[in-house]
Amino acid sequence: MSRLPFARRKSHSEPGPGDAGKTGSWRVLRPLIDVQLCIPAKTKKMACFNCWLYCPDGVVTRTIPPTIDYDYCKGCEICAEECPAGAIRMVEETEFVKREQ
Amino acid sequence: MHCIESGNVAAAYGVKLARVQVIAAYPITPQTPLTEKLSEFVDAGEMEAEYIPVESEHSALAVCIAATSAGARSFTATSANGLLYMSEQVHWAAGARLPIVMCVVNRGIGAPWTIWNDHQDSISQRDAGWIQLYACDHQQIIDTVIQAFYLAETVSIPVMVCYDGYLLSHTYMPFEVPEAEAVDRFLPPFKPAYALDPRQPANLNTVTLPDVRPDIRGDLAPGYTEIRHNLHFDLRQALGTVAEIDAQFKEAFGRGGSPHVESYCCDDADYIAVALGSLAYQLRDVADMLREEGMRAGVCGIRIYRPFPDEAVVEALARAKGVIVFEKALSYGNEGALCGDIKAALYGCDPRPFVRNYIVGLGGREIRTADLLAALRTATNNRGATCEWLGLKL
Amino acid sequence: MSAKTTILTVPEEELVHPGHRACSGCGLSILYRFGLKALGRDTILIVPPSCLTVLQGLYPIAATQLPCLNVTFASTAAAATGTIAALKAQGKEGITVAAWAGDGGTSDIGIQALSGACERGDNFIFICYDNEAYMNTGVQRSGTTPRGVITTTTPIHGKRQEKKDMPAIMAAHHLAYVATGSAAYPLDVYDKIKKATGITGPKYLHLHTPCPPGWGYDTRYTVKVGRLAVETGLFDLYEIEHDVFRLTGASKKLVGKERKPVAAYFETQTRFRALTRARIAEIQQEVDAKWAGYETEKKGTPA
Repeated sequence: MSRLPFARRKSHSEPGPGDAGKTGSWRVLRPLIDVQLCIPAKTKKMACFNCWLYCPDGVVTRTIPPTIDYDYCKGCEICAEECPAGAIRMVEETEFVKREQ
Repeated sequence: MHCIESGNVAAAYGVKLARVQVIAAYPITPQTPLTEKLSEFVDAGEMEAEYIPVESEHSALAVCIAATSAGARSFTATSANGLLYMSEQVHWAAGARLPIVMCVVNRGIGAPWTIWNDHQDSISQRDAGWIQLYACDHQQIIDTVIQAFYLAETVSIPVMVCYDGYLLSHTYMPFEVPEAEAVDRFLPPFKPAYALDPRQPANLNTVTLPDVRPDIRGDLAPGYTEIRHNLHFDLRQALGTVAEIDAQFKEAFGRGGSPHVESYCCDDADYIAVALGSLAYQLRDVADMLREEGMRAGVCGIRIYRPFPDEAVVEALARAKGVIVFEKALSYGNEGALCGDIKAALYGCDPRPFVRNYIVGLGGREIRTADLLAALRTATNNRGATCEWLGLKL
Repeated sequence: MSAKTTILTVPEEELVHPGHRACSGCGLSILYRFGLKALGRDTILIVPPSCLTVLQGLYPIAATQLPCLNVTFASTAAAATGTIAALKAQGKEGITVAAWAGDGGTSDIGIQALSGACERGDNFIFICYDNEAYMNTGVQRSGTTPRGVITTTTPIHGKRQEKKDMPAIMAAHHLAYVATGSAAYPLDVYDKIKKATGITGPKYLHLHTPCPPGWGYDTRYTVKVGRLAVETGLFDLYEIEHDVFRLTGASKKLVGKERKPVAAYFETQTRFRALTRARIAEIQQEVDAKWAGYETEKKGTPA
């Protein structure tokens, strides 16, 4: 979208991700999907996807297996709670910070 | 077309000729006949507009804000407490840079309740960021309404067209209604820089931070203070635009020439009365009488109050010995609002005229020419800083 | 009624960008994702000050991919009216106008304009996401806060007044469509909003919205808490179409069955900590009586 003539005159926002930055930085716990237990992953069928359904931030993909965008996942744990197969466990984010360092 | 009609009907003709697309209507005395006339035009098919009977004045301006944001030319009108009820929206429309036109049929504000004329309603909104134009007679009402849309859409700032309740709204005067084809040539259709559009989504007027911040491309976007600064800056520039549009209007319709102030016998005047609205015309009779008595009196009617036409005011008043501001409103606890602005404009003049202030006609108290004459006759010296009152009885 | 949407048939495309400012575990976020999928891109949103204002982004970045007009608190429905009028005046057809407001912006400060717009019969969808307090400003009580709830303005004894029944108030306007939904049942919300887009006239949806910081529970349980509200019979999923009431979905399935005790719901949230056992027993009786009414009048049976 091009710069409009009144660009500096109005509060006029354009769509884009990361209004609050990389909200993955909010996490204390990170969700990890165990593909051995995950229903679509182990059956190789389009099925379940509760994690995709209930994710408030839409950072889970409806794919086999589901993937999580850790740039933006806020670590709310809803996916872990709602997974009927118990395939998602929450792990201390500090573990990953150490590894990334 | 020549006609004899009320000021409210003059305004209605202006709105009709401007081909307004969305009208928000809520009744309040003395504006009501204006909205009624518009509903007649729409019901009879003479006007192709959406006529929205809203449930409050706050909603009236909400409808206009949304309609203009979505690309339609919109209009509403109100008075007094109705204007105050929508005050939040008045500020909003200016900050959102929406070219809405609103007629304010001037009436005093409660408490206590009054339905009669004074200027406190529009004066109370002078700091909101709207352009404020005052009409002195019915011809000026219709001409100003038409020009107001052109002005608003050129500078993207909402415009208030103010005229006196009852004194103008309900009295009958002859005036010229321009031909529709001529107005169509003068006033192009509304083409906003941006209108809400699913094909070009944008989120308008959301929370804006104190500081600048990068946008989705990484360019710095303004903070709240820049957006507000730009409103003020553009308002000041609008003084020039008002004059340009007035000149264009004069060329097309043969009327105009005093877009900022309307001066009467000011060139050689020693004492100049200043006023807003129809009072300026009443004061001309007073000036004539004083001239017969040998006093060099003049009248300066302010046509545009915001942005304040300080250059035109200085040009008209600086050479006088005394300036006497008669006004139907005040900044309670201090002095007349217009008086304060006049003094500020004249502050840098050396020498500068003294400024006297009379508060008149609040809540429709009759303004007798004899009283104006008596006041102006004796106002040949600088009696003091605070305002005086004309017409108090008890 | 058309077939229910499933997890696999609901559109995949997200119309909200990630990385927005909604709280972790926010119930509104779930509603908003599916609400926008149901509304589709040919929509203009109207939003007053509320959590959604913040979720949608601070200038100059928008998390929402739909055009949106932010408006003053009291004017949401009037702005919807104005938008519709402008689109009509310009001959622009096929654009849905949808207002999203919180419970305060709907049932308190926004009710006047909403009632006016409904009386005028304007063609818009009004969605109230009810997190049962003024959450955006820090959990102050609103008209839809249930009785007994602790908020920052009812900090010790809890709210003394009853929850305002907004759907009933809206139904009294004889709207073409009034419905309730919950963030715990996003596919049901999707279907109801989708249905609303196909109806002409004012449509009102009242959506129960669990809020972790405001209700006092761990973010993990947003969906569970929302489900419990329905399973205990406290919050009912229904539609009212042209004055005909009908329970739907999980609530409909509950008719004639045993409901979970209301205490199970109250236990999950610290905002109910002021409820005494006596008061909880009273509430249980009220809920039982309500459901006895459903069962007697067979409101749960299909039309």
